[in-house]
Amino acid sequence: MSDTKKTRIPIWRDERAYAVLAQVAFVVVVIAAGVFLFGNLLSALRRQNIPIGFDFLPTRAGFDISDSFLEYTASSNYLQAFQVGLVNTLVVASVGIVLASVFGLITGLAGLTHNFIISRLARVYTEIMRNVPLLVFLVFWYRGIVFNLPKISEALSIGPILVSNRGVAIPWLLEGALSLPVVRGRIFDGGFVLSPELFAILSGLVIYTAAFIGEVIRAGVQAIPRGQFEAARALGFTGMQSIRLIVLPQALRVIIPPLTSQYLNLTKNSSLAAAVGYPDLWSISTVIINQTGRAVEMIAVVMGIYLTTSLLTSLFMNWYNNKVRLIER
Amino acid sequence: MSQSNTNPESAMIQCVDVHKWYGQFHALRGVTLSVARGEVVVVMGPSGSGKSSFIRTINRLEEHQRGTIIVDGIELTHDVRNIERIRSEVGMVFQSFNLFPHLTVLENITLAPMRVRKMNRERAGKIARELLERVRIPEQADKYPGQLSGGQQQRVAIARALAMEPKVMLFDEPTSALDPEMIKEVLEVMVDLAKSGMTMICVTHEMNFARNVAHRVCFFDQGNIVEMGPPAKLFSTPEHERTQLFLSQILH
Repeated sequence: MSDTKKTRIPIWRDERAYAVLAQVAFVVVVIAAGVFLFGNLLSALRRQNIPIGFDFLPTRAGFDISDSFLEYTASSNYLQAFQVGLVNTLVVASVGIVLASVFGLITGLAGLTHNFIISRLARVYTEIMRNVPLLVFLVFWYRGIVFNLPKISEALSIGPILVSNRGVAIPWLLEGALSLPVVRGRIFDGGFVLSPELFAILSGLVIYTAAFIGEVIRAGVQAIPRGQFEAARALGFTGMQSIRLIVLPQALRVIIPPLTSQYLNLTKNSSLAAAVGYPDLWSISTVIINQTGRAVEMIAVVMGIYLTTSLLTSLFMNWYNNKVRLIER
Repeated sequence: MSQSNTNPESAMIQCVDVHKWYGQFHALRGVTLSVARGEVVVVMGPSGSGKSSFIRTINRLEEHQRGTIIVDGIELTHDVRNIERIRSEVGMVFQSFNLFPHLTVLENITLAPMRVRKMNRERAGKIARELLERVRIPEQADKYPGQLSGGQQQRVAIARALAMEPKVMLFDEPTSALDPEMIKEVLEVMVDLAKSGMTMICVTHEMNFARNVAHRVCFFDQGNIVEMGPPAKLFSTPEHERTQLFLSQILH
């Protein structure tokens, strides 16, 4: 009888109190560590007479940037240089994600076909890419392949795309009309020209990441029960229709979380652009750090930007994952 | 097809000396069976006797390595066009339903008519609703398969196969994954279908269905038909020892 009576549990025996306490303790430790580290940093900087702040940003940068989607000259300021790097990184990451998805899908499906030669080729490509460090591959790709493309006067044409060691020219919308690139003397005329560096980092990242995305797709498709393929075949769908209408929409559930990781990897790996001389966010930031000595501020901002883009990518992919989830009960 | 005992003109399905191997395992050992238009054939036999493999060769979910299979005058060969034509004439219902879980019931039924038969959405939707009426679940059209009971799912699967207007329906143990009270609702739909004159091959151990609806029962053992006949005769006076043993086990 006395057991069922509502008695106050002493706080040191209350499991709810433990749960709250653990969280409070954790937050206190984190804040204390942050305050200590930041205080330490400030006193160290003060001792060495290094100022902290972003007052250096509007001063003249004085260095050239080879590739830029924005107005930029050597007399632009650090903030503008930083913006050029940011845009370059965003371009490489977003175009890279789209192209890597397309080639990854092709690789993944090629690995699943019953055609022996095609599936072997896909496997060999995947295994090579998975077993080579990205930095090594990028240097090889840039020095070994992109450098040794034909001279501009002998540019290789793949459809409307022109490929040379002075860059790659692709058709592009100029003033509302599609402009096809042509070679005039020693330069490309018309279209959009990717510098050898932009081409190297973009294609290098795409080739590398597509192999991983291919594996993600392959695993996702293999996770679909065999009965789904059989039902599709029995209803008379062709192989491509079964994949497109039945298998991929279901496989997406399994594919999206690891695919998100690959997208984030590609974005972060774009910071290896320095290895091929492409001025991305990180490589421009290192130049700014060298010139100004403001390492703490620059690295904090760069980390913040990579964190933000990664979180935005994750957020979008989670939203999409939720959209394609199966409805049960 | 001189070996066939049925008039080839009226035969919907003709299988002559069909063999199938899975690696070293000889799964089908010269099955010969002819099914007439409108005939309902029930296939029984112990598990591993090759009955599922057999009906799966008829729409090429499994490839046979020797013998001939002719469906409605089209021979099943490596010719992709023949395979496609036969698949579009043969509907199949699986033990595990195999509905597409990412599509609603209505979409499950309309997808193949729209994509394979190039039917427009309105017409496909109208046919699908009529079929749902016929399998007695018109109110479930906009639900997803995961929201339905097993018996309802299997009836959607039957409607999905019928939407392609097949000339033959294959049933691969359609009630084996169902609770007893759901078996009845699926069998009722199958009985209706048989009465409408559909040519059917059903792998099932539902004795009542076989007794009341089947024109013929085939008993499979070790990759071949050991005994075949009208249900009344086969169930009351089985000749083959293997058939007697099997029937005594399922009839208690």
